[in-house]
Amino acid sequence: MILDGKAPTGPIEQSWDKHRFDMKLVNPPNKRKFKILVVGTGLAGASAAASLGELGYNVETFCYQDSPRRAHSIAAQGGINAAKNYPNDGDSIYRLFYDTIKGGDFRSREADVWRLSQVSNNIIDQCVAQGVPFARDYAGYLDTRSFGGAQVSRTFYARGQTGQQLLLGAYSALSRQIKAGSVKLFPRTEMLDLVVVDGEAKGITVRDLITGEIRAHTGDAVVLASGGYMNVFYLSTNAMGCSVTAIWKAHKKGAFFGNPCFTQIHPTCIPQAGDYQSKLTLMSESLRNDGRIWVPKKKEDCGKPANQIPEEDRDYYLERKYPTFGNLAPRDISSRAAKEQCDEGRGVGLGGRGVYLDFRDSIHRFGENVIRERYGNLFEMYERITDENGYKVPMRIYPAPHYAMGGLWVDYNLMSNLPGLFVLGEANFSVHGANRLGASALMQGLADGYFVIPYTIANYLKDTKPGKVKADHPECVKSIEDVKGSAKRLLAVNGNRTVTEFVRELGTLMWNNCGMARSKESLTEAIAKIPAIREEFWKNVKVSGTGDEFNQQLENAGRTADFLEFGELICRDALHRDESCGGHFRVEHQYADGEAKRNDADYAYAAAWEFKGIDKEPELHKEPLKFENIHLAVRSYK
Amino acid sequence: MSAQTSEHKTMSVKLIVWRQKGPNAPGRFETHVAKGITEHHSFLEMLDVVNEDLIKQGKEPISFDHDCREGICGTCSAVVNGVPHGGQVRTTLCQLHMRKFKDGDAIYVEPWRARAFPIVRDLVTDRGSLDKLIQAAGYVSCHTGGVPDANSIPISKPDSDYAMDAAECIGCGACVAACPNGAAMLFAGAKVAQFAALPQGQVEAPERVAAMIRTMQECGFGNCTNHYECQAACPKGIDVKFIARLNREFLKALFKAKAGTFTPVGE
Repeated sequence: MILDGKAPTGPIEQSWDKHRFDMKLVNPPNKRKFKILVVGTGLAGASAAASLGELGYNVETFCYQDSPRRAHSIAAQGGINAAKNYPNDGDSIYRLFYDTIKGGDFRSREADVWRLSQVSNNIIDQCVAQGVPFARDYAGYLDTRSFGGAQVSRTFYARGQTGQQLLLGAYSALSRQIKAGSVKLFPRTEMLDLVVVDGEAKGITVRDLITGEIRAHTGDAVVLASGGYMNVFYLSTNAMGCSVTAIWKAHKKGAFFGNPCFTQIHPTCIPQAGDYQSKLTLMSESLRNDGRIWVPKKKEDCGKPANQIPEEDRDYYLERKYPTFGNLAPRDISSRAAKEQCDEGRGVGLGGRGVYLDFRDSIHRFGENVIRERYGNLFEMYERITDENGYKVPMRIYPAPHYAMGGLWVDYNLMSNLPGLFVLGEANFSVHGANRLGASALMQGLADGYFVIPYTIANYLKDTKPGKVKADHPECVKSIEDVKGSAKRLLAVNGNRTVTEFVRELGTLMWNNCGMARSKESLTEAIAKIPAIREEFWKNVKVSGTGDEFNQQLENAGRTADFLEFGELICRDALHRDESCGGHFRVEHQYADGEAKRNDADYAYAAAWEFKGIDKEPELHKEPLKFENIHLAVRSYK
Repeated sequence: MSAQTSEHKTMSVKLIVWRQKGPNAPGRFETHVAKGITEHHSFLEMLDVVNEDLIKQGKEPISFDHDCREGICGTCSAVVNGVPHGGQVRTTLCQLHMRKFKDGDAIYVEPWRARAFPIVRDLVTDRGSLDKLIQAAGYVSCHTGGVPDANSIPISKPDSDYAMDAAECIGCGACVAACPNGAAMLFAGAKVAQFAALPQGQVEAPERVAAMIRTMQECGFGNCTNHYECQAACPKGIDVKFIARLNREFLKALFKAKAGTFTPVGE
């Protein structure tokens, strides 16, 4: 099937304004008749629930955490992009649009990216009005900094805690609606199935994580803002509870999965210290504004303390290879470059898997106090984890799984192929193409929630009858039975291996075979091995306790079972996409200098996979991508 | 992505952990030994090791709250050796590393204890009362859209920095757990102070502080008697000066109410 993204035609500059006018509205008294279910309370979910509640819809919102404020958007450090051009350095909506399309290696939909760039400015206004304490200069105006893949300073920030402050802003707006009664909050509640009636999304089945109760909630539309799936690699920068579960359940009920193989490996994370490790910690990309990345030129220097390696024996490889962007080269390029250095045996630290991020020159130029003011909390975090002082010795960093550009396929209205199912933020596949630029995730989450879904959902609701499906509908009853059944199956196995052992086994395989470098052989091997791990899981996993109580092992087991199905889909997508682009690097397709080699003739499309059964091959649908405003070109940051 | 743990020296520690099946079930301390722990294990990774052992022995693992494991989400919460988050300055439990302990140490692990935080299971508590405080008034009542350009409201850097110092709170509840009165004054004070320092928040300042204080009482939080345990326990180093600000804002609201320029709802 050829999919239609339903992007508006005509001049791109007017596309969103025109589309907003062309869409239908729900008149104010009718809004309260509609119920919308929002899953996830991160930037996208919280801003959507708050904005929809304000408009007068009845909203129910769900999160697995004990409070909406704990969603993993909170961990974003560096900042949020906007085309304000406050520094007068040549920025514009068009330039942000251009940078995002190019940064994504020409694998995203132009109209969606244009809209994102256009509303980016409204986001900053909105957050300031909410009382988000962005960094300011001494005149009292907003300050900005630079991020990877851009030559302008367009990133707004709140110390090293921008995600936290933006999320608390959205959470405060959400809290206001909870108080007003327009939004009902269900914390510690996990979505475990999507209820589809006559081909449309009309409800979700959830588990109350405290009592274990499994029940269905019905509504007129379902909004998934459940985040990304990078924990499929086991060690990632995601929170422990992040999972593919909500979108995977929707996929199994018919929603197409878009570009699952587009995964982002973040270049600046604290290297792994041991096999017991449970997660990897990111150090903000903003550090690359003032830190210089290097490795020793000579292999024999790798074991020496950094300060004993003279200047002429250091290889500042990003500055050498990409003189224009230097240390601010995009994430996919920086990550691969680090891997390359370590593969050549010039890595530092445990296992030779690390490169230096050095602040010596910046401290010399600005003084330690300035660096402390800019990044103090990051240096403290680094020291707590590694027991090393980043002001005195260079930090050691290594790439780690971080962000999923892929997600459920959505059209321009953020609606999946299942009518009534909307997908926002990291959970959808829309704007980042094959590589996301730094400080663009926060922008997308809030754009989708504050400024897109409030308009586009009306266009769907206008043609639906409110309250069509009740909780006693046969589809709800069946869904509840299915969810209860799989919990029971998990508890009944009573084998010999823990859930963690399985997720670690899957994650190691995914990282080695489908991580920063992928090949036909590695992917074919993974596709052959994953079903065996899955089979072993259902035969030999040990989940303690019962289903009728607070049971963290059961929660993890359910998420792991979904990853064991989903991992195969990533590998299949990566195998089918026989080109390199952005974060998807196929070793068969590279230029002589090791840069990714795209194949626009055959692969300038979004892949949308249809579920056909657990041990069956999924069916591929394609949405051709048209580039009418920005010419397809080889991405160069040199 | 593999490194050798064999390079590290390992240690064993004795854990004396609070176990409780549910909010109304009787609780008790249980003793477990964590073996093969290195200095690079975080405290929660050490608990992971213990839990893996317990599961393999067919016993119930210890329930504990955690999520981001990088010190920002505010989910992790346990009292370690009598101190919330274990006592390392400005550090959440997930960022506390085992290099702060010695081989053979006995470590007491308990849940947050406060009237406003009922126990869910083992070390997990219900901190929904903190959400109630924010729902009461922890926001600026602006709608989505229809706001002025961000640079149309200049805010002095000192005011902006002060607001950010207050806004760093992660809502973990360690301040409440550390307080002998189970007060949430540091949590509420930080939110009140953040908005009171900004022009956007000043419009509703009297209503906000009045609603916050009323809700604190309704939720069963205690009052401040200047022990400052909250500041000492806070993993983000939130300053008790924000409690003073809360009190000052409350006084201002009282005067405004007397002058008739503000009517507290529900009073």
